[in-house]
Amino acid sequence: MAFCRISDRPIRLREPVAQPDALIIQDPTLLHQASLFDGLRIPNGYVLINSARKLDELGIGSYLRELPLDHVVTAPATELALRYVGRPLPNSTLLGAFAAMTGELRLESVLAAIRQKFAGKIGEANAVAAQAAYDLISQSQAREEIHVEAD
Amino acid sequence: MWKQIEGSRAVAETVAMCRPQVICAYPITPQTHIVEGLGEMVKSGALAGCEFLNVESEFGALSVAIGASAAGARAYTATASQGLLFMAEAVYNAAGLGLPIVMTIGNRAIGAPINIWNDHSDSMSMRDSGWIQLHAENNQEAADLHIQAFRLAEELSCPVMVCMDGFILTHAYDRIDVPLQHQVDAWLPPFEPRQMLDPAAPVSIGAMVGPEAFSEVRYLAHHKQLRALERIPEISREFGEAFGRESGGLLRPYRIEGADTIVVALGSVNGTIQEAVDELRSDNVAIGSISICSFRPFPLDAVGSALSGAKRVVVIDKSLAPGLGGMLATDVQMAVSSGRQRVYTVIAGLGGRPITKASLLTLFHQARADALENVTFLDLNWDIVNRQLARELATRRSGPAAENILKDLGTLSSRVI
Repeated sequence: MAFCRISDRPIRLREPVAQPDALIIQDPTLLHQASLFDGLRIPNGYVLINSARKLDELGIGSYLRELPLDHVVTAPATELALRYVGRPLPNSTLLGAFAAMTGELRLESVLAAIRQKFAGKIGEANAVAAQAAYDLISQSQAREEIHVEAD
Repeated sequence: MWKQIEGSRAVAETVAMCRPQVICAYPITPQTHIVEGLGEMVKSGALAGCEFLNVESEFGALSVAIGASAAGARAYTATASQGLLFMAEAVYNAAGLGLPIVMTIGNRAIGAPINIWNDHSDSMSMRDSGWIQLHAENNQEAADLHIQAFRLAEELSCPVMVCMDGFILTHAYDRIDVPLQHQVDAWLPPFEPRQMLDPAAPVSIGAMVGPEAFSEVRYLAHHKQLRALERIPEISREFGEAFGRESGGLLRPYRIEGADTIVVALGSVNGTIQEAVDELRSDNVAIGSISICSFRPFPLDAVGSALSGAKRVVVIDKSLAPGLGGMLATDVQMAVSSGRQRVYTVIAGLGGRPITKASLLTLFHQARADALENVTFLDLNWDIVNRQLARELATRRSGPAAENILKDLGTLSSRVI
């Protein structure tokens, strides 16, 4: 488990995040083993799950019904990482997907951070992977909006 | 230069700018990233004029630092937990010999039971070794304190530990103003040793001293710490003038004006305490806090005077002195020896147990009602404790306590949604 706080003023609080505004689940096999959603902000929270499957296929569609449609997203982050980075490390792809889902981070900032952390080819490959995840989620959310409007 | 950077990396980059000449490293969580970072910088040539030694143990690490420092080199190492215990003999020797080594402690609990997470048991175990011990409240201060530590250590010929909370600070990514090389060069003069193993002017260092002078040599160690008490605030002020921010010093009060209750703590938990203080102050509760940066020397007068207006003092101790209570609390009690003020000891955050704002708020309300025990264990799960005590009562061969408790917890915590 790792925690992140985003704030415009200095962050002094050192406790774990118990009531997340957003939850990123890197390993979907945890879904049925731990109480991952405890404390999640309802109804405005976000959930991003690393999986190529849809929510209903994961068996949690009904569980997250209280959240808005575009706040719960599955992204094939490991598959994208394998394609662009060559290793099953979904971190940067999940960051790209998170930026697309929430709008809290600009994609350029995510890419700059990745390139700052990892020099050269590795950084580039991770940046491409993050961009691909960002595009995928942005497009699918745009499609869902059209879909909802059509309903 | 502002960077979004891991605390350990910020410390490594800052230490490198202090131009250490010998770094000896033995890895132990949670300080490992610091010496790894420095190792990379030596290898790449970014840190020139420095010898990086991988040694066989922590005892070796500090022994090499002692040798290097005695030979006139600026020496640095870092450790934590059992690593600090393993170097204990050398820790005392470094101070006794008056060698100005700087060592980072990534504060971590001590086993058994083995535990890699944060509390202050490790540096507390070396409390009386004669080292100066400075605690960082956040990663900016952790980085800054290293520059001040080299200056202080070398001026006084006394080793300095910079204590930063393991994981909470060492592994946290924050926005840090990492100093620039020319700023550090302008502020930190080259090491000019008071004593040095020099073939051109031979001396021996480390004589045996008998009863005729041992007390006097030991008194001088105390005197050196009293000198540090004067120099630490001055160095902090000079640092502030050069770098444009406040770091270090003896202690830092937070909203203590008119406070009837003042909370005292070391290290990063002060951030959470300040958040709780803000919330209570907005409800017109007269509470404040004090972050103690210099634990050794302990600023008795400064603490006493900062606490003089309070009715009661709540000390958050991230280490336990079994059979007594808390070590910080004992020292604070000495600072308010007039006896007018209640000093409550609160043992919290042991082995990485989170200290939450919610728990602190409840605690502070209890303190203000004077409804606390002299020694309180924050968020202690009494059910776990009582069940183990019951097992021990029920049968002689109740087995190992830690394993029993884990078994007990495991059966209760596997939840399936």
